[in-house]
Amino acid sequence: MELFKNYKEGDASSLIPMMQDVQDQYGYLPEEEMVKLARFTHLPVARIYGVASFYNQFRLRPLGKYVIRVCRGTACHVKGSLDILRILESELGIKAGETSKDLNFTIETVACIGACSIAPVIAINDEFHGGLTAKSLSKLVSRYKKMVQKERKQ
Amino acid sequence: MRFIDYYEQKKSADEPPAGRFIVEALENFSADQQSESEIQQVRKSVLLENISEPAILIGMGTCGLANGANKVMEAIEKELEKHQISAKLIPVGCVGYCAKEVIVDIKRPGELRISYAQVKVTDVPALIESTLVKNEIYHEKLLGVYYPDGALMDENLPDINSIPFFRNQQKVVLANCGVIDPENIDAYLARGGYQALHKALITQSPDNVIQEVIDAGLRGRGGGGFPAGKKWHFARNTKADQKYLICNADEGDPGAFMDRAVLEGDPHRVVEGMIIAAYAIGASEGYVYCRAEYPLAIKRLEKTIAQAKEYGLLGEKIMGSDFSFNLKIKKGAGAFVCGEETALIHSIEGKRGMPRPRPPFPAVSGLFGKPTIINNVETLANIPALINNGAQWYTGIGTDNSKGTKIFALSGKIVNTGLVEVPMGVTLRKIIFDIGGGIPDGKKFKAVQIGGPSGGALPESVIDTPVDYESLKSVGAIMGSGGLVVMDESTCMVDLAKYFMTFIQSESCGKCIPCREGTKRLLEILERLTHSYKSERNPEEALLRFQGMMYLERLADVIKNTSLCGLGQTAANPVISTLRYFRAEYEAHLYDRKCPSGHCRELLTYFIDTSKCTGCTLCAIKCPENAIIGEKKGPHYIIDERCVRCDQCRVNCNYDAIYVR
Ligand SMILES: Cc1cc2nc3c(=O)[nH]c(=O)nc-3n(C[C@H](O)[C@H](O)[C@H](O)COP(=O)(O)O)c2cc1C
Ligand code: SF4
Ligand code: SF4
Ligand code: FES
Ligand code: FES
Repeated sequence: MELFKNYKEGDASSLIPMMQDVQDQYGYLPEEEMVKLARFTHLPVARIYGVASFYNQFRLRPLGKYVIRVCRGTACHVKGSLDILRILESELGIKAGETSKDLNFTIETVACIGACSIAPVIAINDEFHGGLTAKSLSKLVSRYKKMVQKERKQ
Repeated sequence: MRFIDYYEQKKSADEPPAGRFIVEALENFSADQQSESEIQQVRKSVLLENISEPAILIGMGTCGLANGANKVMEAIEKELEKHQISAKLIPVGCVGYCAKEVIVDIKRPGELRISYAQVKVTDVPALIESTLVKNEIYHEKLLGVYYPDGALMDENLPDINSIPFFRNQQKVVLANCGVIDPENIDAYLARGGYQALHKALITQSPDNVIQEVIDAGLRGRGGGGFPAGKKWHFARNTKADQKYLICNADEGDPGAFMDRAVLEGDPHRVVEGMIIAAYAIGASEGYVYCRAEYPLAIKRLEKTIAQAKEYGLLGEKIMGSDFSFNLKIKKGAGAFVCGEETALIHSIEGKRGMPRPRPPFPAVSGLFGKPTIINNVETLANIPALINNGAQWYTGIGTDNSKGTKIFALSGKIVNTGLVEVPMGVTLRKIIFDIGGGIPDGKKFKAVQIGGPSGGALPESVIDTPVDYESLKSVGAIMGSGGLVVMDESTCMVDLAKYFMTFIQSESCGKCIPCREGTKRLLEILERLTHSYKSERNPEEALLRFQGMMYLERLADVIKNTSLCGLGQTAANPVISTLRYFRAEYEAHLYDRKCPSGHCRELLTYFIDTSKCTGCTLCAIKCPENAIIGEKKGPHYIIDERCVRCDQCRVNCNYDAIYVR
């Protein structure tokens, strides 16, 4: 219950911030935490699942070490972000919304990260990469793949 | 005691007067005109003009950071250390000239503030050496100079405001963005901050404030354009023990970043606007609902609120008045529909963000059933200047029905991507060509999407439309929140409509059938247009394609007329507007089975230009279908029957030998 110490028991209006805290802690919403949340807020677990599945931010499965967010906003779209996404998907062998089996990469799509001026943009964890082309993206991906390999050896 | 004596006395004390002192002075001395002007003098002295060591200001908004501003900052720190120069590094928000990031401004004591653009890490040693060691101008990266009012100009040093990008702008809301340190309340106070709040609290009644906003004709900048003063009036006249004020910082329109820039570059302006609005309607509690995709804006807001509290500008009995107001931040969780006001309220209450029918309007029954006013970031950021200068000044900017300025975010196929603030009523042409610098790579302008997923794509023929709420509606678009995505001849309009339908499909909350199912059918119709015969297994598909086109407009109408909230009601707009202005392009997809802009891949045929092909065999190796044949060092050919239009050959060819038709 350490996680909820800043909140009042039974306060349903703080549900979303509490879920955000849980996700910050674990990277996703584990089932047992959702049950605990239900008890703490005096809400049915179904209600919590309902909120979790409504908002794009919440995830029910753990994420990869590198989360690649591909912007699919309008500005990025007209600058070819769909191709960027396709290339990423084929290079990593996973689809948008999936995590690789070795838990290294996750691909997500977002609608605009607010850096439209350097479209097309992707963010790897919190680092932005803008003005991407098929070639610069391939280079970027192989850099990360190499990094992952090196980490595995250690 | 007179103010100036008090000031002198403080100045000689150990602790030199700073921003907090100005707040105290306003509370205690501002009753007479003379003290008021003396306070203005003191405000200026806290400004950059009185610095004792060089100040280096770096654009560190999300956009600057994305361009590597923090690496530039590190490099500057290293250089300063190397030369043993002591200087103050100040991260600022952004001036909006994204195409020129990273922007670094340098001001030495007693000299002009000079702005350098597109600074890379490799430029830093030379930049620091020439500006701070040799005291010269580093002309290679010079953008312009900030001249104080009435100062003499040097021919060799261009005034930053005479650059085409800035010349046609009028900065009211963005006046401080990129100029001051957004995390320092003193910097905001020095530029006249919280003066409007003081004026409203001490010299105006809430009804006066509301009347001023009504007289100014300020309309909501979040998209709808509803008069802000009128809305406040409803809330003021509803009796309740508790009222709420919410700032809508959800900025869901993909391709818009105005609110983000204001929150990152001048958050105190938004907070000051909120306190004044809360005073006017009688709210004692407020929320900023900010999208989670803007972590930097959230961080700055947190700091801003803490500083305002410390200075007694938030909390109990603000500035010595009887008015109390507290402010909290709520993070969004990634749902476009939560920008809609009733959905937003549900989200703050901890529920799924689904809209509900209105009335009752939130001004009567909103958050937790209490009267609630929701305004957009930019609407609220207009309030301080409006109150300071009065309604008469405000109505002097803009057109008959649309007063004031509007911020636009320029992106897509445009030279000067960035953020611009212009008076209402300038034409789209002026924004896109004079300020935006036109289309890059010698391509031709095709359309501009204004108003995001609820707006429309406007072609060259109506680009002389002035930007005001009514004119834009008459040509089939809306003002929206201010995203302008420019497209050139290589953008396919059917694909654009398809893109928006995909977006709406994933963002519809699913509460009502026309929006949830209707947009799905719309999307299917558009997808059939872009599929080739080859990928259609079912012979009925061709018939469905024609049938879909025949019903398209009727379906769009039904969705518009029967959806519950603004999302559904406007969802078909991109389809309707592209059909209105680019019908021929739809017909080419339908009858000729071609995509004139060369975008819809399934409708293209791939060729190799044998005069350019060197026979390097790279394309044949990359082709997943073995569709490319040819001898090494001889010309290659594509067998169309095998080609699946994966584009790999074109992307990988180093000689530009592969083209499509
Ligand atoms: C689907 C949908 C999304 C919206 N998104 C936003 C948004 O991101 N930001 C915003 O300020 N208003 C948004 N609005 C408009 C709000 O509902 C509301 O009208 C506005 O915040 C009122 O503030 P204003 O009068 O200051 O414009 C949206 C409306 C709809 C229907
Ligand atoms: S119109 Fe769409 S988004 Fe709005 S309430 Fe209906 S289903 Fe939800
Ligand atoms: S588009 Fe793809 S399938 Fe067609 S020829 Fe090129 S590489 Fe081969
Ligand atoms: S559209 Fe991609 S960052 Fe805005
Ligand atoms: S440089 Fe900041 S919004 Fe573009």
